[in-house]
Amino acid sequence: MAGYFERAGGEDGGAAVALDEIEISILRSLAVQLLELIGPGERAESVGDELDALFTEGPSEPPSDPALARLFPDAYHGPEDGDQDERSQQYSAEFRRFTEGDLRAGKRENLLRVIRALDGLSGQENGPGGAVLTLTPDDSQAWLRTLNDLRLAIGVRLGISKDDDSDRLFGLPDDNPDKPLVMAYLWLGGLQESLIATLLP
Amino acid sequence: MEVERTQSEDAPVQVPEPEVPWVTIVHNDPVNLMSYVTYVFQAYFGYSKDKAKKLMLDVHHKGRAVVSEGSREEMERDVQAMHGYGLWATLSQDR
Repeated sequence: MAGYFERAGGEDGGAAVALDEIEISILRSLAVQLLELIGPGERAESVGDELDALFTEGPSEPPSDPALARLFPDAYHGPEDGDQDERSQQYSAEFRRFTEGDLRAGKRENLLRVIRALDGLSGQENGPGGAVLTLTPDDSQAWLRTLNDLRLAIGVRLGISKDDDSDRLFGLPDDNPDKPLVMAYLWLGGLQESLIATLLP
Repeated sequence: MEVERTQSEDAPVQVPEPEVPWVTIVHNDPVNLMSYVTYVFQAYFGYSKDKAKKLMLDVHHKGRAVVSEGSREEMERDVQAMHGYGLWATLSQDR
């Protein structure tokens, strides 16, 4: 998996990466899984629903799935804060009711943009290096956040909770059942790192 | 000339509570790339590369860093934006 982003496009910026069929299918499959995990949400289909959606409150409890709980953490209680008191619990619940719907919708839109871009590659005449995916600056932002969300979700699944947990993953034997997910996690990290490099002046 | 008193004598003197600022705190996370965290601080807050990098290193080494300060509403906006980027952020009142 050697596909990494490079600078592309004109003065406005942009990025490009060559992806082979396997890489496309891995990315797509991970994105679809996260999309399903985040769920369809209560987004509006028509104008009437849109008005309703304005008044629809989100959840007040953290998601029970640990990956989702990481993507939508409590706003008033951090990892080192000890037991949560009643006041911050109430504030966190309020914050969640008014923001989680929008946050979910934003992450979903980014994921859909990524999936559509990957689907657009399947009709392309592929050269020996695979299909070339070209991103506009806006696309790059959606990809950047999605690559990060995917790594966060996989990180939870792999039990990465300390800084040196990543080092342990490098040494995992080939027959470990987590190995394919670890390979994907490390590759996504490289993809994201290379995409960031295209965004810096 | 006497100024008319509009306040009754026995009304308790209201001392306005001093505006205690709120802060946005970003917490360390073993998954987020250092380059990504630095990029987000530059892109969202408009911080210089040096300031963004210093804050990122504080997050990495000290476990957390205060990245912005203001009213509760402003900090909720910042926290929501950080969650949009996938950074682990909370707000609290700076006492």
